[in-house]
Amino acid sequence: MFAIDPMLNGELLWTPLVIVLLKVLAVFVTGLVATMLMVWFERKVISGMQNRIGPNKAGPFGLLQTLADGIKLFFKEDLIPERSDRFVFKLAPFLSFVPAFLSFAIIPLGGDFRDGNNGMVTWFGHTTRVQLADPPVGVLFALAISAIAVYGIMLAGWSSGSKYPLLGSVRASAQMVSYEAALGLSLGTVFLVTGTLSTSGIVAAQSSIGNWNVVATGVVPFVIFLIAATAELNRPPFDLVEAEQELVGGFNTEYSSIRFALFYLAEFMNTVTMSALIVTLFFGGPQPISFGGIVLDIPLVPNGLEGTIWLFAKVLVFLYIYVWLRATLPRFRYDQLMDLGWKVLIPASLGWFMLIAAQRLGRDQGWNTFVVTGVSVAVLGASYALLQAAFKVSAKQREAEGSMF
Amino acid sequence: MELFVFVCATAMIIVGALGVVLRKHPVHAALSLVLTLFGIAVLFVAQHAEFLAAVQVIVYAGAIVVLFLFVIMLLGVDQVENLKTEPLAGQRWVAGLVGVCLLGLLGAAIYTGADSVISRGEGIASNVAGDNPDANIQQLASSIFSDYVMAFEVTSILLVVAVVGTVLLSRRRTAGKS
Repeated sequence: MFAIDPMLNGELLWTPLVIVLLKVLAVFVTGLVATMLMVWFERKVISGMQNRIGPNKAGPFGLLQTLADGIKLFFKEDLIPERSDRFVFKLAPFLSFVPAFLSFAIIPLGGDFRDGNNGMVTWFGHTTRVQLADPPVGVLFALAISAIAVYGIMLAGWSSGSKYPLLGSVRASAQMVSYEAALGLSLGTVFLVTGTLSTSGIVAAQSSIGNWNVVATGVVPFVIFLIAATAELNRPPFDLVEAEQELVGGFNTEYSSIRFALFYLAEFMNTVTMSALIVTLFFGGPQPISFGGIVLDIPLVPNGLEGTIWLFAKVLVFLYIYVWLRATLPRFRYDQLMDLGWKVLIPASLGWFMLIAAQRLGRDQGWNTFVVTGVSVAVLGASYALLQAAFKVSAKQREAEGSMF
Repeated sequence: MELFVFVCATAMIIVGALGVVLRKHPVHAALSLVLTLFGIAVLFVAQHAEFLAAVQVIVYAGAIVVLFLFVIMLLGVDQVENLKTEPLAGQRWVAGLVGVCLLGLLGAAIYTGADSVISRGEGIASNVAGDNPDANIQQLASSIFSDYVMAFEVTSILLVVAVVGTVLLSRRRTAGKS
């Protein structure tokens, strides 16, 4: 039952239980504070990019702006539309908020993974990991949670009993289900290279820059994962779910007060979690930057704590990239979104997965690398030509039939 | 502890299953189905079949029921159904009969096979101690891709046939129009 934490094997004692409870509390508080700072960070960076000042009144540099907004939302009147489905309307914000926090539990938040260490730390005489849970299915847990997160958005739009939120939620369900396939398939390559599903195992396998999965899998899965994750988060340029210009406010139009705040919180929390997941999967998580035996060590800080600093620095880079994308790219049209997901990302991730699998098999069996590469490239080329031919035929048929609508 | 988890999960499954049948609103019924699927996932975890639990949630709860809801929302059939009329005459009697038969079959299977049921996981030598967290997945993969590779491939062909058939059926109407 308790395979998620090595500490809980055997007899159930008080100290491990307290440590686990403290970890739960720490993860929850870190999540909330990170979200608060992320909202501020996004507003500040975007205003910088748009030559504005941004929030600067509440607290130093406007740091407390999010807190002020949150308090304001708390005291606002909570409206429930007359035509809404009351039970589902109340349920939806929680279905969106709870998964956002759950997937944060499997991220290794620190610990010493250097020189073959497995990231274990000793607290009060108990060895444990600096992560809330290390389930055997690891990253699949995050995928399952992100699959559940669809419900919050879908049901919110539907239960509002209003047209625009419904359009938003129909878009959301189609978009998130489509991109989940690409997300999962690009992860396949990571599992293939590291040979494990657990997040701590994946981090432990990435000891130097050459072993970071972004290099070890070839850059393609990382790019696919980044795009699919952005779509999964409904962040620009994939924010068709809440396209202000078309859908008023999207799925959460009818929500007000604290229920709206929960959606808002979940959205930013998901951004933080997804950045941390990208760092864990592709950039070595809490591992320090090391190249050819030279480790960039932070002096005077114990290695276990240093992991947390590295993770924070790496996550910050991705958070900045997300804000940057939002400030730069215009929104996709709906058919472009579906084309990108189904016709580019899914075939590309599947093809790359097969290529890497062939390479691994060739290496294990001692086949000639050049022959294996040549044959796989030829097969991939033939598949690409077939796919293009299929697209061409379908486009021609559609033209002959006339428009569907 | 195991009994507690079992009772909770089973309660979830039964409440969800009853909800699927008894709730009049299609969306509420679909949500009850999600509850049932979650309960089954919890039971899988309790039996150390973590991979099955994850796949259960990703595929059934995360994709299939989402598509159910998508269709319900898109077609706008989210009104309360009129339960007075039967689409097929005598449908309810036949359904009841089939239900009773199914229950009888299950009961007979349990009654006759009670001796051969393994109560502790000896079917697959499971790695309970947690030395190797991937043991579960490795065992599953090696049996799918060696012993049962034929059945696995045939199933995937079946799925492809189903997809192609669906595309063909849904496109024929527009072809006939022109």
